[in-house]
Amino acid sequence: MSHNFTLVGLLLIPLVGSLVVFGLKKNPTLAKWVALAVSLAVVVYVVVIGIAFDTGKGADRFQFEGDWIWIKAFGVHFSFGVDGIALVLIAMSVVLVPCVLLASWNSFDDPEGGRSIANFFGLILLLEVFMIGVFAATDVFLFYVFFEAILVPMYFIIGSFGGPKRQYAAVKFFLYSLVGGLLMLASVIGLYVTTGSHTFHMAELIGKVPDNATQKWLFLGFFLAFAIKAPLVPFHTWLPDAGAEAPPGGAALLVGVLDKIGTFGFLRYCLPLFPAASKWAAPTILVLSVIGVLYAAFLAIGQRDMKRLVAYTSIAHFGFIGLGIFAFTSQGGSGAVFYMVNHGLSTGAVFLAVGLLIARGKSRNIDDYGGAAKTTPILSGLFLLAGLSALALPGMSTFISEFLVLVGTFTRYKALAIVATTGIILAAIYVLYLYQRTFQGTVSEKVKGFKDVNAREVLSIAPLIALIIFLGIYPKPILDVINPAVKATLSDVHETDPEPIVGTTAGGHK
Amino acid sequence: MSALGLLLAADTPKIPAPHVDYAAIAPILIVVGAALVGVLVEAVVPRKERFNAQIAVSLLGTVAALITVGVIHNKEITTPLPGAGGPTFSGALAIDGTGLFLQGTILVLGLLATLLIAERSVDATSPIVAAAAVVVGSPEDRRLSRTDRVQTEIFPLLSFALAGMLIFPVSNNLILMFVALEVMSLPLYLMAGLARKRRLLSQEASLKYFLLGAFASAFFLYGLALLYGYANTVDLGEIFKATRTSTKSDTLLYLGLALLLVGLLFKASVAPFHVWTPDAYQGAPTPVAAFMASCTKVAAFGALLRILYVAFSGESWNWRPIIWGAAIASMAVGAIWGVTQTDVKRVLAYSSIAHAGFILVGMVAVTEEASSSVLFYVLTYGFTTLAAFGLLTLVRDADGEATHLSQWSGLARKSPVVAIIMTVLLMSMAGIPLTAGFIGKFYVFKAAWHTAGPLVVIALLLSAIAAFYYLRIVVMMFFAEPPEHAPTIAIPGWSTTVALTAGVVGTVLLGVFPQPVLDLAQKAAESLVG
Repeated sequence: MSHNFTLVGLLLIPLVGSLVVFGLKKNPTLAKWVALAVSLAVVVYVVVIGIAFDTGKGADRFQFEGDWIWIKAFGVHFSFGVDGIALVLIAMSVVLVPCVLLASWNSFDDPEGGRSIANFFGLILLLEVFMIGVFAATDVFLFYVFFEAILVPMYFIIGSFGGPKRQYAAVKFFLYSLVGGLLMLASVIGLYVTTGSHTFHMAELIGKVPDNATQKWLFLGFFLAFAIKAPLVPFHTWLPDAGAEAPPGGAALLVGVLDKIGTFGFLRYCLPLFPAASKWAAPTILVLSVIGVLYAAFLAIGQRDMKRLVAYTSIAHFGFIGLGIFAFTSQGGSGAVFYMVNHGLSTGAVFLAVGLLIARGKSRNIDDYGGAAKTTPILSGLFLLAGLSALALPGMSTFISEFLVLVGTFTRYKALAIVATTGIILAAIYVLYLYQRTFQGTVSEKVKGFKDVNAREVLSIAPLIALIIFLGIYPKPILDVINPAVKATLSDVHETDPEPIVGTTAGGHK
Repeated sequence: MSALGLLLAADTPKIPAPHVDYAAIAPILIVVGAALVGVLVEAVVPRKERFNAQIAVSLLGTVAALITVGVIHNKEITTPLPGAGGPTFSGALAIDGTGLFLQGTILVLGLLATLLIAERSVDATSPIVAAAAVVVGSPEDRRLSRTDRVQTEIFPLLSFALAGMLIFPVSNNLILMFVALEVMSLPLYLMAGLARKRRLLSQEASLKYFLLGAFASAFFLYGLALLYGYANTVDLGEIFKATRTSTKSDTLLYLGLALLLVGLLFKASVAPFHVWTPDAYQGAPTPVAAFMASCTKVAAFGALLRILYVAFSGESWNWRPIIWGAAIASMAVGAIWGVTQTDVKRVLAYSSIAHAGFILVGMVAVTEEASSSVLFYVLTYGFTTLAAFGLLTLVRDADGEATHLSQWSGLARKSPVVAIIMTVLLMSMAGIPLTAGFIGKFYVFKAAWHTAGPLVVIALLLSAIAAFYYLRIVVMMFFAEPPEHAPTIAIPGWSTTVALTAGVVGTVLLGVFPQPVLDLAQKAAESLVG
């Protein structure tokens, strides 16, 4: 067992940082700068890991593995390691954190009701610890611990710093996730008992679950937990509430990162551990995904609350991700992982942009705005770019991932792919319609006094958009990291890509 | 010389004096000794000095007993096998690994409860009444309540109860078990009625607890009698043999077992025998409620473990459905009724009912792992519950403890430390990872999975419901506005501070580094299941 401390170090930096920031309650300015410095240090650390990550042929799937015994009686290990999928998701998460900090810089300056900025930034850093942990854990038990523990900081972020209905939203968020988590716990225990291997280590559990009804039950436990977390329609109702009531920074992390844990869980745990059950359930999940794409898009179009609208768009996007994962093709899988990264960056940017607008108008209601582009041209530009990335405009990285997902699905499930494609059009409608109602048109009274964004606010969104455009033009570095891991996952499910039919049948090209 | 005398002299078989291994029963003797010394202290020490003298006696007794348990454990001065007729009192006591673990747990929790009762700086004088026999509301009562007099008899009562609890889970003989049950219960009935504030409520709680407890004892005794009729013995090991070989009617066996279970489930506050719990916990002085919720439960589950695993392990097919039913009922009652409560003490009471259900889930699998998971769970539960009750004593308004939920709103603003500690404890009760409660739940569910998979899933779903009301308290404390007359947070004295710290540190440590205690529990369980 190797004892590589790289990933433990990655966890420790934000953990120590969060403790320091909690301790700096008396000096909010210093707390803010410390938090920002810590989050940037984490970004640098991850970039170094990314450069050192070996993508060559024959490279280990999991790298930087470290393993220590935690609870001997249960065979639980404190073990970490990243494959390409985990690495890009960690990278996406840690990039979002400094942006969120910057965007929330002056949010809670009024010391109303014990809302201290030091607490908020400390919670964000604590959340970062768990986000990294949940992606980097290679022990199912440890993963579960992070999966549940992450609820606590997010619960306090929503409950302490959220909107008027924050108590309700925080409890709803916590309970939904907890119910899912407990079902997963049942499956985790069942996994341990049925495999009889006295370990929770991922690598040693793959292929050990007998192919029978038990596998299906265990799969369902994991699946429901992830479907609630992702969230997949019809398990999604907590997200619009939580997303709307969370502070914009918290919402960006909630939808951008926390929800990825669900889709990540499908790929990392459901598919390799329960291959037969995954195939058994795939048709249902695919149909639910497509329903999600369309249903959530229609709801998004009808929303009047900006944050709820963004939350619904995310549910639509999760439909695409689910489609890519359960199509069991390498394009679909790679597309889904790339989609997760892009969606984190893109939704993060949208939420932050919406947050900047709300901070000016003190209202989430779309009808209160109008013509804001006149008074805040730069914000309007940022908002539009973020919105375009959400609707997967060619040239943006989101387009590539959406395309890959649809191609990957089409090779196996033509009808579903075709129906899902209409989701792209709906996306254009809800994004542009939102933009039109808020930034275009007659200038409303409210908007007249708006100040445009300052340098700090630009700096909180611009890096995300820059990344989206860069990856839209040159996605190779990310895809190179993702592809081997996706292939390995598919081989765990014993799936290969269907033979291309182009050219073998008449009329393949027109 | 009468004929009768001659007859007796000739025919009476010689009863050999049972061999007594004094080392093995030293912890029990020490605690009984402390109780007796406590009674003497009442008689000879002047009233002014009594309180401190009593604290010293009971703390010394408990600590000494705890050290003795540790020594016995390390020296392995244990009787060979339960039911094999060990040397101590002809096998009436089984001081085995399981018993020692339970005794250790009870003593640690009892020590912390003693510290909570010893608190004098939070309340005007003490949470304990000045003179229990004085009529409530009489001029004398009002006069005394302003003095610093305290009914110090509570300390010997506590020691007697502890002694009963120490015997209860190691008794290997139904008669002895019944005696232990009474020794531990009678002082508890009295202690429940000794609250300084809201005395009528306290006395009502005491009376309810006594009446229902007396019924439960009667059930237990009736069951004992029927089982004696079936097996011709009260020894657990012999009963086990009888269940294998006896030709007597099984009706006697089943009826006897059922009645025995009623008595034990009552003590463990398992639904449907739980109705006394919320009233008793609410009315009793909070430190006494802490003692009842933690130590009584440990002792009761210890005894249940011994009865089911030693005497009736061969009958597990027959009692398992009952335990299933009781577990589900208890978890459901605890979770669902708990949601409707508005008083923090009653919430904790329903939480303890729900926890009793979770412990029963672990008990359905008759394996070594199952018994060690039960041992571990009762320990984690005891720490958390004790600390939670201890914390309740600190949140006060003019009338004493402020236990209504609405009074807890916005508490985090007043005292972030208290709110954070309470949150940690509630998270542990809800079973969130990195707390003791999670490891405990995980362990019992893991142990039960093979025998009772569906039960585990039901338990998990019900624990999600229970999580709702724990969460509601957290919401109140952190996210709600404080009421107009917000309660104050008392600064605890040394004894409460020690007890609280131990409870919270235990809750966190057992959640993060459970391995040493898991080892102990595993080793302890080896003795019970052959």
